[in-house]
Amino acid sequence: MAHYDTTTNAGQLLAAASGGRRRRGDRIFSNAAVIAAVTILALLAGVAVFLVTEGYPALTASSSELPGHESFISYVAPLAFGTALAGVLAMVIAVPLAVAVALFITHIAPARIAMLLGFLVDLLAAIPSIIYGLWGIFVLGPAAVPAMKWLEEKLGFIPIFEGPASITGRTMLVVGLVLAVMILPIISAVAREVFSQTPRKLQEGAQALGATRWEMIRTTVLPFGRSSVISGAMLGLGRALGETMAVAIILSVSGGVSFNLISQANPSTIAANIALNFPESSGLAINLLIATGLVLFVITLATNFFARWIIARSEVK
Amino acid sequence: MSSSRWLAVFAAACVLVLGLAACGGGSSSSSSSSNESSESESEGGGAPSSEASGEIAGAGSTAQEAAQKAWIAEFENANGGATISYDGVGSGGGREKFISGGVAYAGSDTPLSESEGELGKAIKRCEPGQLVEVPDYISPIAIIYNLPGVEELKLEPETLAKIFNQEIENWNDPEIAKENEGVELPETRIVPVNRSDESGTTENFTDYLSKVAPSVWTHEVSGEWPVKGGEAASGTSGVVEAVAAGEGAIGYADASQAGELGKALIKVGSEWAEPSAEAAAKVLDLSKEDPELEGGQKNVIAFEIDRKTEASGVYPIILVSSLIGCTEYKSASEAALVKGFFEYAISPDGQALAEEQAGSAPLSEELTKKVEAAVGSIK
Repeated sequence: MAHYDTTTNAGQLLAAASGGRRRRGDRIFSNAAVIAAVTILALLAGVAVFLVTEGYPALTASSSELPGHESFISYVAPLAFGTALAGVLAMVIAVPLAVAVALFITHIAPARIAMLLGFLVDLLAAIPSIIYGLWGIFVLGPAAVPAMKWLEEKLGFIPIFEGPASITGRTMLVVGLVLAVMILPIISAVAREVFSQTPRKLQEGAQALGATRWEMIRTTVLPFGRSSVISGAMLGLGRALGETMAVAIILSVSGGVSFNLISQANPSTIAANIALNFPESSGLAINLLIATGLVLFVITLATNFFARWIIARSEVK
Repeated sequence: MSSSRWLAVFAAACVLVLGLAACGGGSSSSSSSSNESSESESEGGGAPSSEASGEIAGAGSTAQEAAQKAWIAEFENANGGATISYDGVGSGGGREKFISGGVAYAGSDTPLSESEGELGKAIKRCEPGQLVEVPDYISPIAIIYNLPGVEELKLEPETLAKIFNQEIENWNDPEIAKENEGVELPETRIVPVNRSDESGTTENFTDYLSKVAPSVWTHEVSGEWPVKGGEAASGTSGVVEAVAAGEGAIGYADASQAGELGKALIKVGSEWAEPSAEAAAKVLDLSKEDPELEGGQKNVIAFEIDRKTEASGVYPIILVSSLIGCTEYKSASEAALVKGFFEYAISPDGQALAEEQAGSAPLSEELTKKVEAAVGSIK
């Protein structure tokens, strides 16, 4: 604390010594920062206003006016479900993998391999999502067909593997895997950064007390990085929820609400549904699609608030 | 930052947002501004000296995009000063842009109809001139399947409807077998593949099914596939890819895109019809014009496609795409350019080019005459 005070004092002294010039610089910097912050707020609110005004006609229309003659809720519910399912699936696969990769890079691998591996993981983030989509239908999907047949035969009693297994591999499971690969670099980059900053004193202390490497990681590195890993995971979840092209290309979207991960009938996701139907839509159908976008916006906002809340709670301890 | 400072920030943000919203509200109905700007350039910058020069923009159907690209390239070659752009945003998007004045012409897989109020709005957009709508692109939709060892597959319309309605679930079903004597049908699950995106192909195919098998196909005709639980893939290429990847799959796609896949023969009258350009073009000769779709406009040619025809040598599962334009535009050079381009697209040369490049069916002689008269009314 004392250390912190001296730097502030030094700063003030410097500012006082150099007179108005320094102060003007400060003012410009401070104003620029405020403008940047306001722009972000305005952009976000602008998007919200657009979604509300353009989605409003569909929200207030009666179900007989809407295309498909069903109410807005029954239209958006399966889409919201599909979005959540794809997001959760991707998280279940990606988070443990990303944390493991980050631990390997920061604490286990020799420096040279760690650097190369970190570079390669970051490279995953540079691949455009449409390429992931094409990879999904041409490579991963067909390759997953025998595996999904096996799941149906051996584990078919579990509802998520009920089948009948898709013959083309364009299933929710494959989408979950592709999304997991897409969000892996985001989560692992954040985790890597914070794991490498774990205070050496803590790590050495744990080892001095006789902890093995795993115990040291469990008692010092993981607790230290927890809140950052959560926020990294939320960044990843945001991308998974909003991912459009890869899902639109891969997923065979012809089902309502279903937990079955390996069949050809899957619920669509909000973003993919907009991408698939916007080009041929007109009039109220467009308002309807934008209204579903509003729902996605609310879902993303809610998950982020939830994540902040978790982080805030864990920091109090 | 103190709380009062934050309040000020928030207030500033609100003001900014309200400003943005005020600007944004007006342009909401027309989704493109880039096309508008290119159009206005043509009014100002286009040289009026040559007959077909200047710049126009079109938008719409992705089905005729390949043909449009070919026509535009040839047309621009022949008319040095002309620049035409065609944006394949989809039929609905194209109609909307045309009505809002964003583009000079549109391509649409379904005619403008009064049920969605578009016909009236389009007529109004063309005032004081008149609306022009003519078919320019006919394409057979093939029923493609993936069954190794089955070279030829014959399907009656009812059977086809039942397959796509998921009522027949296995390839060795007696109903399929009785139409295909001598063919050894495997005991494979049938996986019907449909488009996951809204499309004119789906609309034309479901229209066919509802006309020829009304007792089986009770779904509403729409660009969105009505049956849940099938395999769905995006775009024509997606459907073709899904059928090619899955043994036992059957789907519908533009015949020119079917590649090596087997194409089912469909029963028409007492014959088994194969998707071919000629058989597809013949359907329109047998079809009647639909007065409701034409809305009393003398330059609108819209058909009620005769899906139930029993004539010989026709293939009724077709997609008919139209050009939509006006007889008058703000500037004479723009009108001349639209006219020149439309005339080329529907000419035997243009149609032959589309057949070569996109596998479409050329308009028949009879239809060409009617269409030429309508296009000729552009000033």
